[in-house]
Amino acid sequence: MNVSHREVLNAPEFRQLVARRWRTSLILTALLFLGYYGYIVLIATNRQLLSHRVGAFTNVGILLAAAVIVGAWVLTAIYVVWANRHYDPDVARLRARVRGN
Amino acid sequence: MQTSLGTPTLSAIVCFLVIVALTLAVTYWAAQRTRSTSDFYAAGRSVSPLQNGLALAGDYMSAASFLGITGLVALRGYDGMIYATGWLVGWPALMFLIAEPLRNLGKFTFADVVAFRLRQRPVRIASAFGGILTLLFYVLAQMVGAGNLITLMFGLPYEWAVLSVGVVMLAYVLFGGMIATTWVQIIKAILLLFGVTVLTGLVLSRFHFSLGELYGAVSARYGQTALEPGGLVTDPIDAISLGLALMFGLLGLPHILMRFYTVPDARAARKSVLYATGFIGYFYLIIPIVGFGASALVGREIIRKVDSGGNMAAPLVAELLGGTPFLGFIAAVAFATILAVVAGLTLAGASALSHDIFTHAIRNGKATEQEQIRVARVATVVFGAVAVLLGILFKGQNVAFMVGLAFAVAASANFPALLMSIVWRRFNTAGAVCSIAVGAFLSVLLIVLSPTIWVDLLHHTAAIFPLRNPAIISMPAGFLAGLVASLLVSEPEAEEMFHEEKLRTYLGIGAE
Repeated sequence: MNVSHREVLNAPEFRQLVARRWRTSLILTALLFLGYYGYIVLIATNRQLLSHRVGAFTNVGILLAAAVIVGAWVLTAIYVVWANRHYDPDVARLRARVRGN
Repeated sequence: MQTSLGTPTLSAIVCFLVIVALTLAVTYWAAQRTRSTSDFYAAGRSVSPLQNGLALAGDYMSAASFLGITGLVALRGYDGMIYATGWLVGWPALMFLIAEPLRNLGKFTFADVVAFRLRQRPVRIASAFGGILTLLFYVLAQMVGAGNLITLMFGLPYEWAVLSVGVVMLAYVLFGGMIATTWVQIIKAILLLFGVTVLTGLVLSRFHFSLGELYGAVSARYGQTALEPGGLVTDPIDAISLGLALMFGLLGLPHILMRFYTVPDARAARKSVLYATGFIGYFYLIIPIVGFGASALVGREIIRKVDSGGNMAAPLVAELLGGTPFLGFIAAVAFATILAVVAGLTLAGASALSHDIFTHAIRNGKATEQEQIRVARVATVVFGAVAVLLGILFKGQNVAFMVGLAFAVAASANFPALLMSIVWRRFNTAGAVCSIAVGAFLSVLLIVLSPTIWVDLLHHTAAIFPLRNPAIISMPAGFLAGLVASLLVSEPEAEEMFHEEKLRTYLGIGAE
C-alpha cells in the first residue's frame, strides 16, 4: 500500500464518510423494514383495521398496499438525493487527495 | 365470452414476428460490437443509468409476475396485492446495502466481490455453486411457465414452445452477449410497461376513470371481501419468512447483480436502481387494477375455466376490451418477456461457469481474452441446453414453488457471503465457503420438508418443517455459519487486504 493510500485510510474524513454512509443506509433500511414488515404483521393480526372503509368501497388495506410501494420508491429517492448532495462531494475530495500524492 | 386464446391469430403472429425480428436485428448490431470479455459480460460498461434501470426492470418483471399477479388479484382479490408489494421491497434494500460497493469491487460476477481478498479457488467454486443453483431453480420455473403459457396462448405444442424460447434467446446471448441482452431487456420493459398501461387505461375507461367505481363493481359481483385480506397471510411468521426471501433474495440474484457492471461507475449504479424501482413500482401499482378489472368485466368463472391458476386473466381482459388485435399484442409481449428473462438468466449462468469456474478456479486468472470469450460461448450453449432440457423434463409438474426456492437460496447462500465480504474485516475463505454451503443446503432441505413439497407434492399428511418459505431460518443460518467459521480460522492476508479494499468500496479507487 503506498503512503497516500494509508494517509487517506487513516484520515478522520474517510472514517466519517464510511460511518455516515452506513448510518444513512441503515436508518433507511430500518424504515423500509418498519413499513413493509409492519404492513405484513398488520394483515396477519388486525384484519378489521385493513377492512375499514375509507371511501364507498376503498379500504385501509388497499391504501396501505399502495403506500408501501410508493414509500419504498420514496426511500430510494431519499438515498439518491442524500448521496448526490453529501456523499459524492466528500468522495471527490478524498479521491483528489489520493491522486494528489 | 368467446376467446381466440389458444389459436394463433394473425395479429399475434405479426406482433410476435415483429418483436423477434427487431430483437434479432439488435443482436446483429450488438454482435459487431462484442469483441472483448468486458463487451460480452458487461456491455463495455457503457450502459447509461436510464438504460440500465429499464434493463433491470426488464430482467425482474417476469411473465410470472405480469400474468400471475393479475390472475391472483382476479381470482383472490386483495391477497394478490400483498404479493405485489413483496416483489418491490427488495429494490430499496439492494440500493442501501449492496449496489455501490458491488459496482466498485466487482468485474463481471458477484463472486468477484466475495473472492476479492480471499483465496480464489474455494470461494469462486462456492459462489458459482450458489449462483448456479439459484439460476437453475429460477430458469426451471421460467421454462415450464413459458411452455405452458405459449401453449395456452398460441396453441403451440409444449416441447416446441420450450425449444423455440431456447433457440431465440441463445441467439441473443451467444452472438450479442450483454449488449444484445441489455437491449432485449430494454425493448421488453418498454413493451410490457406500455402494454400494461394501455390495459389499465382500457379497464378504467369502463369505470369513468374512477378506482372507487371499479372497486364497487368488484364488490357488487364478489362481495366486499374480495377487497379485503383473505387467507394468504394468516400466520405472521410464515408471511415474514416469505417477505425476507423476496426482499433479500433480490440481493443475491446473479443475473440482477451482474447488471451493475454494465454502467460506468457507482454513481450510475445508484441512479439505475432509482429508475428501476420507479418502473417496477409503477408496474406493481397498476397491475392489481388489471386484475380487479378482469374479475369485474370477464368474471372469475371464465378466467378459471381457461386456466385454473388464473394466468390468462390479463390476456382475457385484453381481448374483451381491445379485441383480437390487442390480445395478439399482449400475447406477443408476454412471449418477449419470457425470452428476455431467460436470456438474462443464461448470460448470468454462462458467466459463473466461464468467468468464475474456468478463468479463476481452473486457470487461476490466467486465460487470454479469446480463450475466455470462447469458453463463455460454450458455457452459454451448455446453460441454454440445460434450461431447455429441464423445461421438457418437468413438463406438467407444478413448479410455482421454484421461484420461491430460487429467492430463498439467493437470500440464504449468496446474500450473506456478499454482505459480510463487504463490511466485515474478519470475514475469510472458510467463512465464505461455510456460509454459502450452509445457506444453500438448509434452504433446499427445509423447503423439501415444508408444506410446499412435503404435503402438497409428496402427499404426506403433516410437514416436518412448518413454514412454507425457509428464509427466516436459513438466511440467519447462512450469516451464523459465516461468522463462526471466520472466527475459528485465521487468515491474516484477508484481514490485511480489507483496508485496501475499503478505498475501492467507498471511493471507487481502482474500480473496473
